[in-house]
Amino acid sequence: MPRIAITVDGIAYEEEVEPRLLLVHLLRDRLGKTGTPIGCDTSNCGACTVLLDGKSVKSCSVLAVQADGSAITTIEGLAANGTLHPMQRAFHEEHALQCGYCTPGMVMAAIDMLRDDPEPSEESIRHGLEGNLCRCTGYCNIVRAVRRGAQDMAVKTP
Amino acid sequence: MTEVGTARRRKEDARLLTGRTQWTDNMQLPGMAYVAFLRSPMAHARITRVDVSAARGLPGVIAAYAGADFAEEQGSLPCAWPVSEDIVIPDHPPMAVSEVRYVGEAVACVVATDRYKAADALDAIEVDYEPLPPVLDMNDALTEGSPKVHEAGNQAFTWRLTQGDVDAALRDAPVLIDRTYIQQRLIPTAMEPRAVMATSDGESFTLWSATQIPHVLRLMLALTTGIPEHKLRVIAPDVGGGFGSKLQVTAEEVLCLLLTRKTGRPVKWTESRSEGNLTVHHGRDQIQHVTLAAEADGRIRGLRVELLADMGAYLMLVTPGVPILGAFMFNGIYKMDAYDFNCTGVFTTKMPTDAYRGAGRPEATYAIERVMDELAAELNLDPIEVRRRNWIRHEEFPYTTVAGLTYDSGNYEAATDKALSLFGYDKLRAEQGDRRDRGDPVQLGIGVSTYTEMCGLAPSRVLGSLSYGAGGWEHGSVRMLPTGKVEVVTGSSPHGQGHETAWSQIVADALGVPFDDVSVIHGDTAISHKGMDTYGSRSLVVGGVAVLAACEKVKEKARKIAAHVLECAPDDVEFSEGTFRVRGTDSGKTIQELSLATFAAHDLPDGVEARLDADATVDPDNFSFPHGTHLCAVEVDTETGMTKIRSYVAVDDVGKVVNPLIVEGQVHGGIAQGVGQALYEEAVYDAEGNLLTSTMADYLVPSAADLPAFVTDRTETPATSNPLGVKGVGEAGTIASTPAVVNAIVDALRPRGVHDVQMPCTPERIWRALS
Ligand code: FES
Ligand code: FES
Repeated sequence: MPRIAITVDGIAYEEEVEPRLLLVHLLRDRLGKTGTPIGCDTSNCGACTVLLDGKSVKSCSVLAVQADGSAITTIEGLAANGTLHPMQRAFHEEHALQCGYCTPGMVMAAIDMLRDDPEPSEESIRHGLEGNLCRCTGYCNIVRAVRRGAQDMAVKTP
Repeated sequence: MTEVGTARRRKEDARLLTGRTQWTDNMQLPGMAYVAFLRSPMAHARITRVDVSAARGLPGVIAAYAGADFAEEQGSLPCAWPVSEDIVIPDHPPMAVSEVRYVGEAVACVVATDRYKAADALDAIEVDYEPLPPVLDMNDALTEGSPKVHEAGNQAFTWRLTQGDVDAALRDAPVLIDRTYIQQRLIPTAMEPRAVMATSDGESFTLWSATQIPHVLRLMLALTTGIPEHKLRVIAPDVGGGFGSKLQVTAEEVLCLLLTRKTGRPVKWTESRSEGNLTVHHGRDQIQHVTLAAEADGRIRGLRVELLADMGAYLMLVTPGVPILGAFMFNGIYKMDAYDFNCTGVFTTKMPTDAYRGAGRPEATYAIERVMDELAAELNLDPIEVRRRNWIRHEEFPYTTVAGLTYDSGNYEAATDKALSLFGYDKLRAEQGDRRDRGDPVQLGIGVSTYTEMCGLAPSRVLGSLSYGAGGWEHGSVRMLPTGKVEVVTGSSPHGQGHETAWSQIVADALGVPFDDVSVIHGDTAISHKGMDTYGSRSLVVGGVAVLAACEKVKEKARKIAAHVLECAPDDVEFSEGTFRVRGTDSGKTIQELSLATFAAHDLPDGVEARLDADATVDPDNFSFPHGTHLCAVEVDTETGMTKIRSYVAVDDVGKVVNPLIVEGQVHGGIAQGVGQALYEEAVYDAEGNLLTSTMADYLVPSAADLPAFVTDRTETPATSNPLGVKGVGEAGTIASTPAVVNAIVDALRPRGVHDVQMPCTPERIWRALS
């Protein structure tokens, strides 16, 4: 079995994995990183979105072996010293989550979207999050939260 | 400060935002094994052979079973709503033994050391089927000579509600609108797939499930499996949405209990989305034949509804009750003297249907709101005007409708006026006229939906009269801890609604304690011993009110203790903002101080127990009737059939509001689901009975890019049937929005002779309607 080295939320792991093991199953079943959920089996829902070397990926469509040598950030690794990331805080303030199942993926995808477009319009947020489905919120508050998160992140890192 | 009415940020969010949520699939127990199910690829077939022996020998496989292995112990999945005398409730084995009746029905299973090995081993199981003809079309199913889903035939039940003389109303009516609408089959698609984990110490059993109904589930599982109720604990941990789809007693829940018993290990099963699309109960699927008779001035004389409701292959928990809930809503907010509703439940070889957000009421509301627009068009009246001429005026409440419900309160005029002005109705109508005159290829349509619904399920006596198998009460407990903090246990079972926050607000006001000093516990039958759970927009209206009632009892206990401590008569003690005072003095004690004194119990009055806690079970005496006016403007490209929602305004009246943020969120999400039905979603079976929309790539749940920003506002007409004045809000948006969107599309196309577009109104369907 291939052996991989992977850093998840700042902790280094070495694991022997079956070649077919999905990254999301490595995270959830092997490393106990259950903050990242699974919502589908066709890469449509985005619930499983994590950052791989800083870029968002759907961890259900990446094999664990493909992540060898990379650093993963999940929703569990966003808050620093007990302080929520501005995007997490914005989701809270704007009531952008109900059941919260889509939330980890939504937050990670939103953060990634701001790398290219730090001041997104409503329209670009809606298109940027097209790959992340939410069944509860109707997206209005998610859009508001992403705008607010973007503003707060801009203030933090001028 | 009063908490009720405040836009408190939710307590639930902390764990959900940081990934510390307890989804069922997150949990692992020592020695736990994974379950995978082999499912029927045939819509209808006799099972002639199942051979699991090859699977049993594979690496990592602990056990493999066929339906016959469970035959003695699996019982039949329950139907708790035998709606009529003539109802046929077929045997429904959790795992098929001799016959399969829909694609996806479980026929065998594997228990293995990890999920991949369990899935692999399914390939080694051999099943021989002898095909039987599928039954897919409801009308065909009822014809003589149709192949049968069950021995007893394809008719599940008939049910009638009639009031007044509909024949007379229809006879010689100046206007008659006769329409057939199809409520397509939907897949609820909660984002969290179902998951079940079960364990046993050999005598007692614990089951975790992504369920809306831990209490109902415990009772039903005990009755189904024979495990004594007191030996069975059911836990609903964090649950990722339900929308009715997790209001069910599922085959997988029963089988996981049996598997933990058979294997002596904890077991877990988590469905894949494709498995879920096949086997989570579906929603809607009705054919509605509606005939409305009106006077020349648009006043309604009477309404006849002939309904066919697709049950799918079996009757599940409340399958037959769904269309019956709709029976009370086809008359909407309108006055009429005659109404006749006839429903036939039909078996087909498809996944059973059951409750999906709104359950019966969205279907009914769709029909009446579509027909009201048709009536307006027929009479050349504005659709708002035709509604005004028929709706119950605010001074007429309480009003008993033709369907026999008493609407306690409402103000349709106020909600409509507010919606019209927010929407800019006149301006949009002017633009519409302009586009029509110009022959603009992009036409504008305006859709109206003035809905009401019955929710807060429900008065137990009414449920009894409708043959429902249980009551509609809810239970709550409030206990004050020595430090003055408060624990609340609720029988409701949230899965995204924000009970922890809203209940804290109610309790903070009732007891005069800080919001942060309250915590809310739910979803575990060992902790919350009594409950009726969450569905039918009932949590606040029944469960929240039960918590309030428990607070009142706690206060009464505290009053006696306060009087003793303050050395006065209980009647001389007044309570406000958390403090008991001797009337007319400043001398007082807070309820939190009394909590410590009660714990210490050094100086309690004679005969008073050392506890500040109380339970309450509340049974409402009526449903609640939220209402509102939704207006939708849709641009329709007549060359391509493409649609775009230009603006959407919702003014809802859900009575008193505990948390406006949560209410707005419920409305947003509800609207989105209703729009999904109008424009995108449909579960499609092919001619052999295969589900074509088995993945999220085929079954189109709307994304952010598919939806506009919704403008929401409220009017507030308190409910008179509960002390909080609240009405339910969980389903209102979904009930209102589907007809608003379709009315808009038809309105855009009406000058082109279009009277209907079948849902979902895809570009292709619109384009075909035009050509
Ligand atoms: S789980 Fe749905 S995209 Fe990964
Ligand atoms: S909050 Fe439930 S799916 Fe998004």
